[in-house]
Amino acid sequence: MKNLVEVKNIKKNYGKNEAVKGISFNIKEDEILGLLGPNGSGKTTTIGMLLGLLKPTSGEILINGQKLEGNRIEILEQINFISPYIELPKKLTVKQNLTVYGKLYKINNINERIEFLSEKLRLEDLLNSITGELSSGQKNRVSLAKALINEPKVLLLDEPTASLDPEVGDFVRSFLEDYKKEKKISILLASHNMNEVTRLCKSILMMKDGIIIDEGNPKELINKHGRKNLEEVFLKLSRSKNELN
Amino acid sequence: MYGLFLRHFYLITRSFPRVLDLVYWPTIQITLWGFISNFFATHTTYYNNAVGVILTCAILYDFLFRTSIGFNMLFLEEIWSRNFTNLFIAPMKIGEILTSLVATALIRALIGLIPAVLLTSPLFGISILDLGIFLFFLFLSLYLFGITLGILVSAGLLRYGPSFENIAWSTMFLLAPFGCIYYPIEILPEVFQKIAYLLPLVYIFEEARNILINQTVDIQNIYYAFMWNGVYFVLSILLFYYSFNVAKNKGTLINMGE
Repeated sequence: MKNLVEVKNIKKNYGKNEAVKGISFNIKEDEILGLLGPNGSGKTTTIGMLLGLLKPTSGEILINGQKLEGNRIEILEQINFISPYIELPKKLTVKQNLTVYGKLYKINNINERIEFLSEKLRLEDLLNSITGELSSGQKNRVSLAKALINEPKVLLLDEPTASLDPEVGDFVRSFLEDYKKEKKISILLASHNMNEVTRLCKSILMMKDGIIIDEGNPKELINKHGRKNLEEVFLKLSRSKNELN
Repeated sequence: MYGLFLRHFYLITRSFPRVLDLVYWPTIQITLWGFISNFFATHTTYYNNAVGVILTCAILYDFLFRTSIGFNMLFLEEIWSRNFTNLFIAPMKIGEILTSLVATALIRALIGLIPAVLLTSPLFGISILDLGIFLFFLFLSLYLFGITLGILVSAGLLRYGPSFENIAWSTMFLLAPFGCIYYPIEILPEVFQKIAYLLPLVYIFEEARNILINQTVDIQNIYYAFMWNGVYFVLSILLFYYSFNVAKNKGTLINMGE
């Protein structure tokens, strides 16, 4: 499997504050990589750099073999993002929002794409609803539809199931697993839901204070640290002094 | 580009207060100024044709105001709706974003302008079309300056985040005294006159008064208006690109709306 995302020793400084201190990782196609870490560990900054919203102080990012620096538009056509901290315009209907983003991503058959995603994400009955009037679970599925409108090769997910009830959360996780398997895409999943990470990710990165302090398969990490589950590993590493492996 | 236009078109057509807002202020302002103009017409001989001159200047100024505020509103809507990040991770060049906003701002301004122009004739017996073919050049010049101010404010929003919002509302009020909208430039103190001559506004409004009162056209005024517009427009574009790069370094783009 080839690497769709290659991150090479990226650093990000805000003045004297070093938010990310030189991290490297790859994400293969058909892989979900978990990005874990306490608040302020550098996860959002890392995602911001992958999205081209932040310029790394040094280092290099390649998406599908292309350097992000200098190819921002071509790369943005191939990636997408979902986060509970960003929303779609509330006054527009679901279909209008998806149409707008279909246009922005230069999708040829917008109606077909909307129809396909509506069916997959159980949105058929919501297409004419006002986005701002939807429940959290419904909004989440609409945001996911927007994130998949351009059939991205790389999907960045920041807390994709935050504030969802268990049924909708399970639906979204199952959908992501199936979609990734079907389309062979790469997914970077930043989450504080350890069950979710254990279920979806074959490999994870643990970040703290701007560096990767541990990485590996969830089961391997649990065994390595002698804990019962990933949450306990997370707590141990979050509370310990940084340890580079 | 069409997608971004569509996003705002949907928003406007779905929200009655927004449509009302587009029409309400120009109408109120023109009506109000119409009555003030009538008052001057009967109490002073300073202008022979006070109603026409003042009302025409009010319409021109309102067009400038609508264009500038309209542009800022489009940008602020994205911040308020927390859609800003979605927009900046879409594969759009900065030039495409600016072009879409510029075109949408023009349509917004025209929606407000048309009822105001139509109202002046039955209510006050005035037609702004008295300015003739040169009306087009005056509007074009005002439109250019309006979007230039809009781009400058948007650059500030990119650079400093939503806290720059208040500046967005006050730019036009700050510039109005130097624009010599309702009075000739000689009214201003000498220092202010020097500043005013660096703005395209003074040439536009001087020329509007010149056409209406003296029935002559001074091409030089129109030329200077376009010249200064060109200078400020290029500067605003450069500043927008610069602010975008600063925002990418400082992380403003990722925290916008917070």
